[in-house]
Amino acid sequence: MNSRSLQTTIIFLVVGGILALSLGGFFGSASRQFDSVLIEIQTWFSSRYVGLQDFFTAPRDIVSLRSRNAELETQVSQLQAQVIELQQRVNETEILAALVDFSRSNPESTYKAAEVIGRDPSPFLHFIIINRGSNDDIRRGMPVVTNQGLVGRIDAVIADAARVQLITDPASAVNVYLQNADTNAVALGSITGDISLDMISQNSVVESGDLILTSGLGGGYPSDLIIGQVVTIRSLEFELFQQATIQPAVDFSHLEIVLVITNFRPVDITPLEPSPSP
Amino acid sequence: MIAFPLLGLAVILQSTIVSQVKLISGYADLPLIVLAAWALQERVKSSWHWAVTACFMLGFVSGMPWLVLAAGYLGVVFVAQTLQRRVWQVPLLAMFSVVFAGTLFMHLLSFAVLRLSGTLFSFVDVMGLITLPSLLLNMLFSIPIYTFMRDLAYWVYPVEEYE
Repeated sequence: MNSRSLQTTIIFLVVGGILALSLGGFFGSASRQFDSVLIEIQTWFSSRYVGLQDFFTAPRDIVSLRSRNAELETQVSQLQAQVIELQQRVNETEILAALVDFSRSNPESTYKAAEVIGRDPSPFLHFIIINRGSNDDIRRGMPVVTNQGLVGRIDAVIADAARVQLITDPASAVNVYLQNADTNAVALGSITGDISLDMISQNSVVESGDLILTSGLGGGYPSDLIIGQVVTIRSLEFELFQQATIQPAVDFSHLEIVLVITNFRPVDITPLEPSPSP
Repeated sequence: MIAFPLLGLAVILQSTIVSQVKLISGYADLPLIVLAAWALQERVKSSWHWAVTACFMLGFVSGMPWLVLAAGYLGVVFVAQTLQRRVWQVPLLAMFSVVFAGTLFMHLLSFAVLRLSGTLFSFVDVMGLITLPSLLLNMLFSIPIYTFMRDLAYWVYPVEEYE
């Protein structure tokens, strides 16, 4: 064995011994100190490098971030607009679905859906304007309903629009039937938009919560359309009739889509009314 | 010619938005305020035409009898032109006076005609629930609309400069 191979063998043995000792944990404290120095040096270099990198790349990033932010803001506003539009469509679909259910459950009538596009400019009158007119076979006097109940009737028609007199209008009077009390009465509108019942016979027993339907008397409206429920009753002995206030079934402040009953023709009974004798 | 788009817009806004902004049971009358503000402008000579156009447009939308609209709006122009010659130094005061008188006149006329046609409501209810709230809203709308109509009048009838 020459001196060179002996030297190599000794080096291997020394290194192997050191490794064996370190693995056995005999160099623990010395190894920890060495590690900490190494980590500190590495941390120093790393932090300086990151600092330099930030210094050279940051301005570019701000510009790109700003443009990205603007892009995202635009996207957000577009998405918000889409959400509002979709929400509106969902609402419309819900209303239409309810109206379709209503028309299916009342197959004896034919309906034409119309959108509410305005209200009467005068605060004295309770009229709405719908986007269907004589071009859609809408005629004066046709009843207008929603799935909740009676809304009113067509008052005037032009080619593509019609005006509807609501049952809350002060000039509106609808002949009604109180189901539980088995009696007839008249539902009257008012300037505040409230509906009241009048001409209820003193012999009838009317209770709060009684359902009010159209009676069909007079020929102005078809029978059995829901109007609302009795809230309070006023009965005075010295008066000819009882009066009552109604909670309407329809929310008249949020009318969006309505149905016009197109196969109903109102009957004008004025010529049959007895004229006062001279 | 500007009367058609402007009054048309006023009638549409009145029918779709203003009539939904209620104070008790009353709301502002946008065409009336526009008409009053226009009639009060010194250089404007077409106020009567505007009143007729407004009646014509509202007659299609409203269930109110034509007589009420015609008498009401022509009355507003008459009051505005009378006041414009007398209190022209304080235009905003004139505007408030015209809107106040015009609203009262229009509502009294509406009340009288509807009562005669058989609609039942009491005068006290009408005053408390419709007329007074409408008056307040009309007054509130008067200031911005007057300013807008004054600028419009300057634009339509520019001042002639003499040397």
